[in-house]
Amino acid sequence: MTAVAPARRQAVRLLVLLVIVAVVLYPLVWMVGTSVKSQAEIVNNVGLLPERFTPGNYTDGWTNFDVGFGRFFLNSAMVSLLTVLGNALSCLLAAYALGRLRFRLRKVWFTVMIGTLLLPGHVLIVPQYILFRSLGLVGGDWPYLPLLIPHFLATEAFFVFLMVQFMRGIPRELDEAAKIDGASPYGVFRHVILPLSRPALVTTAIFSFIWTWNDFFRQLVFLSNLDDYTVPVALTLFIDSTSQSAVGPMFAMSVLSLLPVFLFFLAFQRMLVEGINTSGLKG
Amino acid sequence: MALTTAPGRTARTGPAGPRRTRRGAGRARLGEGLAGYVFLSPWLIGLMGVTAIPMLLSLWLSFTDYDILTPLTEVRWVGLANYERMFTADPSYWHAVRVTLTFALVAVPLKLAAALGVALLLNRTWRGVGLFRGLFYLPSLLGGSVALAIVWVNMFNRDGAFNSFLAVFGVEGLPWVSDPDWALETLMVLAVWQFGAPMVIFLAGLKQIPTELYEAAAVDGAGTWRRFRAVTLPMLSPVIFFNLVLETIHGFQGFTAAFVLSNGTGGPVDSTLMYTLKLYISGFTDLEMGYASAMAWVFLVAIAVITAVFFSTGRFWVHYSDGEEDR
Repeated sequence: MTAVAPARRQAVRLLVLLVIVAVVLYPLVWMVGTSVKSQAEIVNNVGLLPERFTPGNYTDGWTNFDVGFGRFFLNSAMVSLLTVLGNALSCLLAAYALGRLRFRLRKVWFTVMIGTLLLPGHVLIVPQYILFRSLGLVGGDWPYLPLLIPHFLATEAFFVFLMVQFMRGIPRELDEAAKIDGASPYGVFRHVILPLSRPALVTTAIFSFIWTWNDFFRQLVFLSNLDDYTVPVALTLFIDSTSQSAVGPMFAMSVLSLLPVFLFFLAFQRMLVEGINTSGLKG
Repeated sequence: MALTTAPGRTARTGPAGPRRTRRGAGRARLGEGLAGYVFLSPWLIGLMGVTAIPMLLSLWLSFTDYDILTPLTEVRWVGLANYERMFTADPSYWHAVRVTLTFALVAVPLKLAAALGVALLLNRTWRGVGLFRGLFYLPSLLGGSVALAIVWVNMFNRDGAFNSFLAVFGVEGLPWVSDPDWALETLMVLAVWQFGAPMVIFLAGLKQIPTELYEAAAVDGAGTWRRFRAVTLPMLSPVIFFNLVLETIHGFQGFTAAFVLSNGTGGPVDSTLMYTLKLYISGFTDLEMGYASAMAWVFLVAIAVITAVFFSTGRFWVHYSDGEEDR
């Protein structure tokens, strides 16, 4: 706005915003506070902070089940990082084809890709489970393949779309110049598109990591042995054990499970916020 | 560029030149066409293997009584029995439909209203926008997780933080999450809490509105409310539309929080039986995968219809300035 609003109005606005911040942050602070409360305090003191700092919940939670949480964290990290790799690689290839190259039926495929954007994953879970199971990939020696394979085949249309949008911003003159120098479409990809797409790749990597780290539905369906569990699936074990004594450890592990996402948020805050802007609006 | 340089070169190389370049250009186009499919092939394989074939498989399964235990070759064709059962003989199915619609109809408008309201507040603030924007966005990153659903359930317990907050005002709270009348509402609050993602998109949209429009409106004597109605809302309508479609489809698919709250049952008394949870229970707890496939197809058609309705009504209220700029 051009006109400078009166100072008092700004102050009221700031006050309202601070109240909203308090409401938004309360559950998070409360979660951290509860994770260091003793069992007695969890029942009697529902305030933000513990009267006595009890870090024991963290060690108790870490070893609460037959398999330690270290294992679950490793499993989650492996699934998330491989998903990042798969998405970045396969979506970039698809985006280069759809956004940059000219070939038969390109428009048709592009429309199909946009169509799959809105396709709910829950619709496909039953037949995918049956197919992967018939291939012997469910509950096998390495049960993560059903989780990973789709990501190496560019099925996350959101990222393909994001990268196509990004590539539209790369000047075509660069492609043409490379072609005059004798570069093939592969050469253009390797020497022009790949290096210039780094921002889009980073955005894709960050979102892939966070979404996979938090994902629950697919991991719940495809992982059945305790040893193979990822963090979100392992956390639900706490709900099954109805005993009150597990609440502190459950909170402690919940806090730990959100920590990587939180660190990503701190490190890439600006990029995350701008990432969702570039994804859909510039049509 | 290639075209402008080509004639000069052909003029010097004589009569054989043009033919060679034309053939060369043709080969280049052929090469590019081939390269297109080479680069597209992972996606195409994914489209077939992970999306299209499973969809067809699930369509076929929806007419069978397939459970995962009998081999696919011995599956019995049951015609429309699954659909009949769903629509006429399974009250909990309709319950799931009702729960899901209620959730989306209440939570999505509230979430978008919160997002727009906070975006408007932030848009006029001169300092600290980045900080606030980041803080408000944080729940959108964390809110879909199992961990946060666990926190939520404990916060709205009988002796949770929310009731102790109410006690400050002398109000005695309920055990919200185990009360069938209120359990779904706690999930709605969790959804609204994640208003940050649509808010960021609103903020970007607000920045695109030219300030001259506000100045012109102010010159014409329009007050704050009138400026909001006559400038902000119409100019922002494409963004509102985008958020509305996205959040509605997202809202229909709520699963994690309902699963955690009810320990996978949809309780108390089916009050949090979201459609996807019902589908999961049918397919993976009861192992009635034919039935679950029928449910999945109805879900897909319903989402397609709702999206189509959005797009056809969008014509009447979504305002694009200076025409379509699409490609």
